[in-house]
Amino acid sequence: MIRRRIVGDYLVPAATLVGVLVAWEAATHAFRIPRFVMPAPSAILAEGWDWRYRFLGHAWVTLYETLGGFALSIVVGVPLAVLIVYSPTLKNALYPLIVLAQSVPKIAIAPVLLLMLGHGEIPKVIVAFLVAFFPVVVDTATGLAATPPELLDLSRSYRASAFKTFLKVRLPMAMPFFFAGAKVAITLSVIGAVVGEFVGSDKGLGYVILSATSYWKTELAFSSMILLSVMAIVLFGAVALVERLVCPWLAPAGEE
Amino acid sequence: MIRLDGVEKTYRTRRGDLVRAVEDVTLHVEENEFVTLVGPSGCGKSTLLRLVAGLTPVTRGAIRVRDTAVSEPFTDVGFVFQQPVLLPWRSVLDNVLFSVEMLGLEPRQYRKQASDLLELTGLGGFETKYPRELSGGMQQRVAICRALLPDPSLLLMDEPFGALDAMTREEMSLELLRVWEERRKTILFVTHSIPEAILLADRVVVMTARPGRIARILEIGLPRPRTIESEFDPRFKAASDEVRSLIFARRAATR
Repeated sequence: MIRRRIVGDYLVPAATLVGVLVAWEAATHAFRIPRFVMPAPSAILAEGWDWRYRFLGHAWVTLYETLGGFALSIVVGVPLAVLIVYSPTLKNALYPLIVLAQSVPKIAIAPVLLLMLGHGEIPKVIVAFLVAFFPVVVDTATGLAATPPELLDLSRSYRASAFKTFLKVRLPMAMPFFFAGAKVAITLSVIGAVVGEFVGSDKGLGYVILSATSYWKTELAFSSMILLSVMAIVLFGAVALVERLVCPWLAPAGEE
Repeated sequence: MIRLDGVEKTYRTRRGDLVRAVEDVTLHVEENEFVTLVGPSGCGKSTLLRLVAGLTPVTRGAIRVRDTAVSEPFTDVGFVFQQPVLLPWRSVLDNVLFSVEMLGLEPRQYRKQASDLLELTGLGGFETKYPRELSGGMQQRVAICRALLPDPSLLLMDEPFGALDAMTREEMSLELLRVWEERRKTILFVTHSIPEAILLADRVVVMTARPGRIARILEIGLPRPRTIESEFDPRFKAASDEVRSLIFARRAATR
């Protein structure tokens, strides 16, 4: 059983990945594809290794822009969700604005923001925040509203204060929803940070990709992309890990 | 202990229509009496419980509990709903302690009593489990323990066994009676099931559909403690026939 699981869960996808890479490598050599059109995996790896120290600095910039945007989306998104759920008036006032902010293409906002806020990392943090906050607000609000009415009746019949009910019932009830939003938000933050860097920057992995392509250094663009993906996956995994620690009751039965 | 006098409740729906849920309900419940409310869906049985608990105000008439007019929730009451509505992030023990915690009491002083209650309802050894690891019947037992822990003198039960399968249901009814024999309380119990209503009650209140009115109040003279054998008593059959004819006669008349 365990053996079959290892084969199914790890060996099959790993073998597929290796197969794709080998076919890719072979194709670039066999068809003599120019390296600036489609570099071989080996060339991408070699270029990435050459850049390993310079990458550190750029990756760090993108990482903290991403984390900044993500943190801001939670610090702003969660209280917004609470306001929306508790006050129908505020809901009517805020919801259209939030949806409006969400429906403006962020790539279109980025140049304007950079114009307003100048260069540096702050505008990228703001773009990352704007891209990421929507799922946090919507999912947290959904979670807060999902408390069974019987539980609210129960709290009222015990004459518990609204704040106590919020703290002991509604907030924990919303946690799984919040984390669903946060997991989407963390990957969107990476996208936001890179979009911000595309528009105008001299640091960060987005900047490396942009300048690499303008110098026909496709290998470098590819290795930055891979690094970005790894970063997004690790960040997603980190949020999922926090979720497991904060909400242990969600773990599948028999897996503790 | 509870006196409802000419109670009426009218709701306004979202569309602005007025709906009369219950009308002209007069009922006096004695201390430590077990009263069941039975009737078709939408006869305002659940509304009646919410009115007694002070969760929603009456439109007309008056409700008094122990000579105090009910105008807001009071703490001497325990609630059990059709769904257990436990807190999925809390262990069984902490779910039982939820009631005293929300009442503003010190939960640590109730741990022993909470364990005793779990023991009494056959849940000893499940203290550290999460609700989702329990069956529906066990979850409902936890909800009952939660309601019993602060030792309220009044227990309001809104179809507590309605979501359970027939076998578990019968088992739970007998268990509730056993617990009630041990810790006497006034119980107001809403159900759809005629046999359940008779098996449990000192008196069965039969209600009619919309607006909910009392059709008749039946004294159930079956001896206590009751067992599964009680259902074979001719008086059980007679009461059951009477309730059934009251409910179905009305239903035929409204068609």
